[in-house]
Amino acid sequence: MTTPSELLTTGTGRAVAFEKIPRHDLAAFQRIVRREIEGGQRVASFFGSDTGEPGGIDLLMVLANDEDGQLNILSARVEGNSFPSMTPDCNQVHLFEREIAEQFGVRPEGHPWLKPVRYSDPSSLPGSGDFYQVEGDEIHEVAVGPVHAGIIEPGHFRFQCHGEHVFHLEIALGYQHRGIEKALVEQPVKRALHYAETLSGDTTIGHATAYCQLIEALSGCKKTVRAQALRGIALEFERLANHIGDLGALAGDIGFLPTASYCGRIRGDFLNMTAVLCGNRFGRGLLRPGGAGYDLDAAQVDNLLKRLDLGEKDAASAIELMFDAPSVLARLEGNGILPAEICQTLGIVGPVARASGVQRDVRHDHPSGIYRFAQLPLPSWNSGDAFARGYVRWLEIKHSIAFIRDQLHALPAGEIHTATGPLKPGCLAVSLVEGWRGELCHVALTGEQGNVQRYKVTDPSFHNWAGLAHAMRGEQISDFPLNNKSFSLSYCGHDL
Amino acid sequence: MINVIRARIHQKHRTIRFPDAPPPAMPERFRGRPRIDATRCRDGFRICAAACPTNAIVFADGKPLVIDLGKCLFCNDCKLACPEAAISHSTDYRLAVRQHQDLILEPDAALVLAEELGGKMKKLLGRSLKLREVSAGGCNACEADVNVLGTVGWDLGRFGIQFVAAPRHADGLLITGPVTQNMKSALLDTYTAIPEPKIVIAVGSCAISGGPFIDHQEVNNGADSLLPVDLYIPGCPPHPLTILDGLLRLFGRVDDTKIALKKGE
Repeated sequence: MTTPSELLTTGTGRAVAFEKIPRHDLAAFQRIVRREIEGGQRVASFFGSDTGEPGGIDLLMVLANDEDGQLNILSARVEGNSFPSMTPDCNQVHLFEREIAEQFGVRPEGHPWLKPVRYSDPSSLPGSGDFYQVEGDEIHEVAVGPVHAGIIEPGHFRFQCHGEHVFHLEIALGYQHRGIEKALVEQPVKRALHYAETLSGDTTIGHATAYCQLIEALSGCKKTVRAQALRGIALEFERLANHIGDLGALAGDIGFLPTASYCGRIRGDFLNMTAVLCGNRFGRGLLRPGGAGYDLDAAQVDNLLKRLDLGEKDAASAIELMFDAPSVLARLEGNGILPAEICQTLGIVGPVARASGVQRDVRHDHPSGIYRFAQLPLPSWNSGDAFARGYVRWLEIKHSIAFIRDQLHALPAGEIHTATGPLKPGCLAVSLVEGWRGELCHVALTGEQGNVQRYKVTDPSFHNWAGLAHAMRGEQISDFPLNNKSFSLSYCGHDL
Repeated sequence: MINVIRARIHQKHRTIRFPDAPPPAMPERFRGRPRIDATRCRDGFRICAAACPTNAIVFADGKPLVIDLGKCLFCNDCKLACPEAAISHSTDYRLAVRQHQDLILEPDAALVLAEELGGKMKKLLGRSLKLREVSAGGCNACEADVNVLGTVGWDLGRFGIQFVAAPRHADGLLITGPVTQNMKSALLDTYTAIPEPKIVIAVGSCAISGGPFIDHQEVNNGADSLLPVDLYIPGCPPHPLTILDGLLRLFGRVDDTKIALKKGE
C-alpha cells in the first residue's frame, strides 16, 4: 500500500509546490520505486537537479500510473559522487541513470553498461569507446554511421554478427546534441518556444504542446476550448503525415514501390493541411503559450474538410495495397518481434508498445486539452513484429482522420488565446502528450523568482531505442533497415 | 496485380510542372520573404529586434533596420511585437543566394537571388549533379523537406539531381543542421572524401547561422564557419519549393518572368 507521504500524486498539466514533493533517503526512494514498478507503474521521467545546495544533487522521478491516470512524484538526495544503480533489477531506468551520470558526474554504482548518452564532453565523440563484443570463430562486427546512405539523421550502429545473423546491436547516439535542455534554462525566454518546436522537427506540434501546457500550468493560465481543439487537430495532422510517410518508407525498404511512391506524396498533402492552419508544413508558429497563434475561418474549415476527404481516399488506396500484398506480409510477419514483457521491462511507449499488445496511450490514460472531451479508440495488435508496428499505425490513421473531421465539424466558438502571467515560484509541473511516436514528457521546476530552474525533456525515442536493439537480436542484418523504419525513432529528440 | 493497376489509376500523375510552368500556389498563411515597411518603423523603436529569437533584426550603419535571412526563423515574433506592422511576410518563396552577405535584407533593395554557376562548373554539373547529404545537428525538418524533393510530386531526378550513398560518387555536399561539435569531424571527413571540383550547399537557418541554436557551445553556427559554401537556402525549414528553386538557379533553370506572384510581391 502507498502511504500518502511517500508519493505526491498529481496529473498532467498541473503545478505543485516543490516543497510538497516527498524527499526520501536514497534507500527508501529506491525501495518505493521498485515496489511501485512491480505494482504496474512505469518511469515517465527520472532526472537530476542541482538545487544549489553544495555536495550533491536531487534525484526526481515521475512515475506514471496508467490505470488510474495519475502521476506520482518523489525525490531523493544524493550526497557525494555516486549512488547504487537500480538498473540491474529495474531495467527501464538504464538510460536515465546514464544521463544523470553524464549531466552531473554522479556515478550509478553497479550499472551494467555505464557510457555517456550524448557525449556532451568535447573530449570524446559518440561511437568512440567500448562496445559490447561477442567473441568466437567467424564472429564479425559491422559498424554503420554516423553518416548514412540516404538523407537520414546521424547515429552509429554496431552489430555483432555471425554471417547474416545478429547476436547483438548496440546503438550510439549524441551526434545531434545541441544543448537544448540547458538552453531552456540559460537562454532568453523568447527562444523557448522555438527550442520546443525544434526538439524534433517532425514532432513540432507535439513538443510545442507539451511546452505550452507546462507554461500554462505554472502560470495558472486557462486556455479556451477552441484553442484546445485547434491543438488537437494539429497534433492529429502531425500523426497522419508521419504515419503515412513512414508506411511508405516501410514499403520502400521492402521494395514494394507503388505504396512507397504514393505515400511519399500523400504525406506531403497532409503536411500541406498543417500549412493551411499556420503557413508552415511542420506547424511552426501554430501554438503559443496560452492558446493558438492562428484561428480558422469557415472557408478554411471547408478547405481542410475537402482536403481531408481526398487524402483519406488516397491513403486508403496506397496503404491497403501494401497490406493486401502477400510479398509484403511475408517480409513483415514474424520479423523483429518485441515481446510484451520486454516492452514492460524497458518502458516502451507509443505505437511500438501498442503493436506488442501493451495498451498505453497518453490520449487515453492521461488526457489533457481536447482529449478530455473527445476520445479516440485505442488500436493495438499482439504479434509485436514489424507487421504489427506498421499495421497499428494504419489503424491509427483511420481514427485520427475521423477525429479531425469531428473536430472541424464542431469547432467550439471563442477566442484562441488567453494571456499567460508570470510563472509561480518554487513549483514543479509535468506535461504529457501523445506524440505520433509515443509519450512526450516535459517537466519544469521554477526557482524563487519564478524563473525556470530545470527543464527536462523525455522524447519517446529515449525509451524506445533500446527496444529496437532488442528486436534485432536473432534477426538477419539485412532486415535492420526494415525494423529500424518500423520503429521510426528520432535521433535529435533523443540527443536534445 | 489488378489492385496495383487500380491504385495506379486512382493515384494519377502528380509531378509538378515547375519550372516550365508556374509553381504550385503557396499556402495563404505561408511566411516567405519578409517585407519591411521603413516608413512605418519609428526611429529608435526597436521592439522587433528585442523580440527576435535569434537577433536576426539589426539596426546598423544608420539604416532603419535590416533582417539577416540566414538567422531568420520566419516566425511571427517580430510581426506580433510591432504595433506599427512595419514587418510582414510575403508569400515569395524565392530566397536562395550565393554569398553570405546577400542574405541581409534591406527595406527597399531587392534580394540578390542566386546566380548560376560559372562556365566550367555549369558544364560539368549542369546536367548531372550528384549530392551527398550530411545531417549535422538540427531537428530533422530540413532533412524531411529535402527528402520530399525525391517524391513523385517533385521528382528531382528529372533535373539530373540525385542524392548518392557515397561521398566518392558525389559532386557536392548538401548540409543541414548547425554542425554540432559531435558531427564536425564526420562532416569534414565527408567533404574531404568528395572529389574536386565540388560544391557545398547549406540548407536551413541552422546550416547557415546556427538557427535557433546559434551561439550554443555545442554547435558551430553553421557550415561556412568550416567549409566554403556555394549556395545558401534560408528557412526554418525552407519550403521544398524554396530548396528546388535554389538548386535550379545554380544552373540557370529558373525563368523569373514565368513566375506569377500575388500583386505587390
